[in-house]
Amino acid sequence: MTLRKVKNRAFIGFCVLSALFGLMVLSSVLYSLIGKGLAGMQLDLFTELTPGPGSPGGLKNAIIGSLILTALGIIIATPLGVLAGTWLSESNRSSKAAETLRFLNGMLMSAPSILIGLFVYKLVVVTTGTFSGWAGATALAILALPVIVSTTEEMLRLVPTTLKEAGSGLGAPRWRVITRLCYRAAGSGIITGILLAMARITGETAPLLFTALNSNYMTTDLSQPMANLPVTIYQYAMSPYEDWNQLAWSGALLITTFILMINILATVLPRWLKARKAVKKS
Amino acid sequence: MHATSLSLRPGAINGDGIFQRLSFTSAVVILLMLIGIILSLIDGGWEAMVKFGPGFIVSDTWNPVGGEFGAAAAIYGTLVSSLIAIVIAIPVGLGTAIFLAELTPGWLSRPIGVAIELLAAVPSIIYGMWGLFVFAPWFSQGFQPWALDHLVALPLIGPWFDGPPIGIGLLTSGIILSFMILPIITALTRDALKTIPSVVREAAYGIGATPYEVITRVLLPTIKNAAVGAGILGLGRALGETMAVAFVIGGANRIETSLFMPASSISSTIAQQFNEATNPLHISSLIYLGLVLFILTFVVMGTARLLLKKR
Repeated sequence: MTLRKVKNRAFIGFCVLSALFGLMVLSSVLYSLIGKGLAGMQLDLFTELTPGPGSPGGLKNAIIGSLILTALGIIIATPLGVLAGTWLSESNRSSKAAETLRFLNGMLMSAPSILIGLFVYKLVVVTTGTFSGWAGATALAILALPVIVSTTEEMLRLVPTTLKEAGSGLGAPRWRVITRLCYRAAGSGIITGILLAMARITGETAPLLFTALNSNYMTTDLSQPMANLPVTIYQYAMSPYEDWNQLAWSGALLITTFILMINILATVLPRWLKARKAVKKS
Repeated sequence: MHATSLSLRPGAINGDGIFQRLSFTSAVVILLMLIGIILSLIDGGWEAMVKFGPGFIVSDTWNPVGGEFGAAAAIYGTLVSSLIAIVIAIPVGLGTAIFLAELTPGWLSRPIGVAIELLAAVPSIIYGMWGLFVFAPWFSQGFQPWALDHLVALPLIGPWFDGPPIGIGLLTSGIILSFMILPIITALTRDALKTIPSVVREAAYGIGATPYEVITRVLLPTIKNAAVGAGILGLGRALGETMAVAFVIGGANRIETSLFMPASSISSTIAQQFNEATNPLHISSLIYLGLVLFILTFVVMGTARLLLKKR
């Protein structure tokens, strides 16, 4: 075998090992999640409140709190994000203002999430004088916003110009063309973006630490500190109590399953919508 | 101007104007958020900035009781753990991307690609837990004793591996971070490789080059910018990552040569101390730390974005 062939073999071997490495990490994470998380998967998990150390309990308040915070974050971020994405896609591609805002949107997307937590702490918690569900939802909305903006812009740019011209040619004003034609054409893509943003904020812990804080009570009052899964998982996993650790693993399995399901939905939904549209037409 | 005024009947609602203003206002919200983050960090950290000045970033005392704060240890921890992460994740990510884009047929590379992307969907707190409960025990019984037997004697890098085999610490944080940024680097370089037209490959294979030669001499130079951008993007992600690090770094405010020692990073320090801090100067110093992190990530991410844009 010549040196060239040896080099080639070694290189290919390295690439194969690299891919195997990633797969190994993924399977180890999933294996321990399922193995340790399933042990605590009982009905109590969904019906009981977070317990003190040594007593039985579940994660009901944390699960409901997380659902509320995530939903609220998405509800706040979606109109803002879709409109901002629309503005970016409608503005001249190379205009200075659009260029700058697009860059800043990227920077907001990559700002460390813990700093968003500090910002909302100063903005909401210090101003209102209390940790609250509102503060948590605001922090999550800021995290979701840039994701929705950039996917909306990308999806709207894919709408063929001829479609817009057809609309304008019928005498429709620009805003009607956008809302009636472009949003419909790009709808499934925009929904995918919103789902991906949701997947991103569901597991976020750092921005909730100083905003929603956590709570051992069942509350839907958004002006109070609110229980949520990520912070509960963090506190319970870092504790020395074994039953708390067990709850943390079960919570971790729940949240990961939820996120993976949203991700799958985000890839399947556009196809499903398209198929339905095709059926309608025929 | 003329077109809009002509199309309006007197008294009609100017829908275009309203829509335009609404969407522009939403776009400006992005700008306001960024300005808000910067202003709130400056405002919150002001007390510490006045007291410690720029010397904050080189002082390594962090003493909440004595009211003496310096960022050097946390900055060191952030930089070193992130460097370890990219040193591992760049070659492995590139290797995986090449494997997926160049060496395997679609039926195999698609499911593996999806699996690697799943790694990106797993939230960071899960990596932290897994690192603490699964990886760290294995690390302290498997790798660390071996390193103490074999690597400590090496010149230059030996002292890095000289420390207690406790599983957590700077090296563990770096390794966990590398798992987290692996999918981004893989996905970006794989997509860049896929944009290269196949005639380029065919031409190179046609003159008798081996896959190794085609990839390293033709394909990788073509996507150089994208690959470097992906690496820097991964670095930026690692710098700001909080929860995965908070679990496994150990939370000690010291600068040590040994990578086995517990340390701290900027984000983990903020996460662990912010809610417990009662002294205003302590809180202010933590926010000042946040400002340092913001500047650090802003510079790194800005560079990455510029590189990724110009192909």
